[in-house]
Amino acid sequence: MAEREQIRRRDGRDDEQVAQSTPQTTGGEHGEKLKADLDELLDEIDEVLEDNAEEFVRNYIQKGGE
Amino acid sequence: MATPKILGIETEFGVAQVGSFGDPIVQSSLLVNAYAHASAGRIRWDFFDETPQRDARGATPLDAMPPMVESNLANTVLTNGARFYVDHAHPEYSSPECSSALEAVRYDVAGEWVLRRAMEAVRSYAPQAPELVVYKNNSDGKGNSYGCHENYLIARDLPFSDVVAACVPHFISRIIFCGAGKVGADFPDRHGQIPAFQLSQRAEFFEEIIGLETTVKRPIVNTRDEPHADPSKYRRLHVIAGDANLAEVATFLKLGTTALILAMVEDGHLDPTPLWPADPVHAFRAFSADPSLSAAVDLDRGGSMTALEMQWVLYEAAVAYADRFGLAVLGADGSGALTLERWGRALHALEVDPATLAHEVDWVAKRRLVEGLRDRHGLAAQDPRLEAVDLQYHDLRLEKSLAARCSLERLTLDADVRSAETAPPRTTRAYFRGMALTKFRDAVDSANWDSVVFDVGEEPLRRVPMMDPTKGTAAQTEALFDRCSSARELVAELEGEEHHGRA
Repeated sequence: MAEREQIRRRDGRDDEQVAQSTPQTTGGEHGEKLKADLDELLDEIDEVLEDNAEEFVRNYIQKGGE
Repeated sequence: MATPKILGIETEFGVAQVGSFGDPIVQSSLLVNAYAHASAGRIRWDFFDETPQRDARGATPLDAMPPMVESNLANTVLTNGARFYVDHAHPEYSSPECSSALEAVRYDVAGEWVLRRAMEAVRSYAPQAPELVVYKNNSDGKGNSYGCHENYLIARDLPFSDVVAACVPHFISRIIFCGAGKVGADFPDRHGQIPAFQLSQRAEFFEEIIGLETTVKRPIVNTRDEPHADPSKYRRLHVIAGDANLAEVATFLKLGTTALILAMVEDGHLDPTPLWPADPVHAFRAFSADPSLSAAVDLDRGGSMTALEMQWVLYEAAVAYADRFGLAVLGADGSGALTLERWGRALHALEVDPATLAHEVDWVAKRRLVEGLRDRHGLAAQDPRLEAVDLQYHDLRLEKSLAARCSLERLTLDADVRSAETAPPRTTRAYFRGMALTKFRDAVDSANWDSVVFDVGEEPLRRVPMMDPTKGTAAQTEALFDRCSSARELVAELEGEEHHGRA
């Protein structure tokens, strides 16, 4: 449970803050790993995301179905 | 003893043309027809005995708006036993009948492959035309929704009110592990607010607790009574409250937990009355609008409960049920035990920290991207890039799909999905339908869920009824297909069996 609590605090929005405060622990390394994974993923998203987001979203119109 | 939980998923896909607007009906037809021509030719769908307006509660209420019968524009039956057609303005893939949640996941993913191949087929026919893109989602963010419906075989003699009592709490709370996630909302809530992020694509479209409609005033429990099977023995529970999932674990849990709860209801093992919300429609939206999972809704009996607490109660009942009754009705491939294991694990993870499910649950995976991008670029909550992430998560083109970049856990192997795109499940009547098309395509005049019509070269056409979804399996008919070299022989053998009272 303690380990999971650590993961929780290191994931998501509190990433930087927590990683900075406990950089020496194993949990800190794990937090760094999670952050590196997310950074890599976001690099890819930045690359592949439709260029004109506003137009892309505006033009996506469907008829109701079912 | 509960009914074997034969099940399947029908998905309506979103469709768009890059850089231009077109007629979605024409676009959908192009996709279906291009796929059919590129694979093996077209077999007609047989509309005999389609009664979508029949109501499980009895007579059709006078104020009910009957659902439209689907257009006959593009309508095919695939060799895997699925139906691939145009429903309203969407391409729809209805998986074949499966006998376990794992099998149904395989055929659901095979449906994604079908749509991907359909996109490629359109592109190769018309390389100069603007690209057609297919999305596996349920909402356009502008007030329009299209469905992902699950179907479960249940006993006819089960009081429908028992089904409703168990399904309402389950359907509104299961979105904590099978919601597909959504940035913002199609409609403001009753306080005029737009939530930043929702668990479910669909929850806000539901306005009634129970009803016949699927396109307006959508009910949490749909009463369409169209069993596509012997109506004296079976019902088909048509579930319209779910999201289309990209995460295989989410699809698996959606199917496995629901099948398990229906089995408990059939065996009289579940008393869901303590879970009934004071206002189920409001509770569905409140749960969806709360990714912190802390929202508690008022209960009819007094007190309040969170979605997670409802799921724990259902899970604990399921564990006790499994001890007493076993889980054989959930399939012979271990789907029952795996459902219990993954369900308990998911609830525990949701309780400790939902973020740990980023590779298993769609809304968690999507939220990680949305919040990550927001924080990286300092985006406002209304920034269109966040909505673009939501939409593109569901893009079925591998080179564009964001879901495909989230390292989602697989429960299937590519080789099995490839096979499932063309070969039917071996454990239901879909086997007979699929094999008839595979082996005697030229002699199949048409097919639907509960029959195959053969043209054996002489009058009249021969209809082979399949009124029991558990019959027509490989175990029962594989040898027959092996020894018959023509549809005429096949039909003659079947008619002979019927004559001798063995069918």
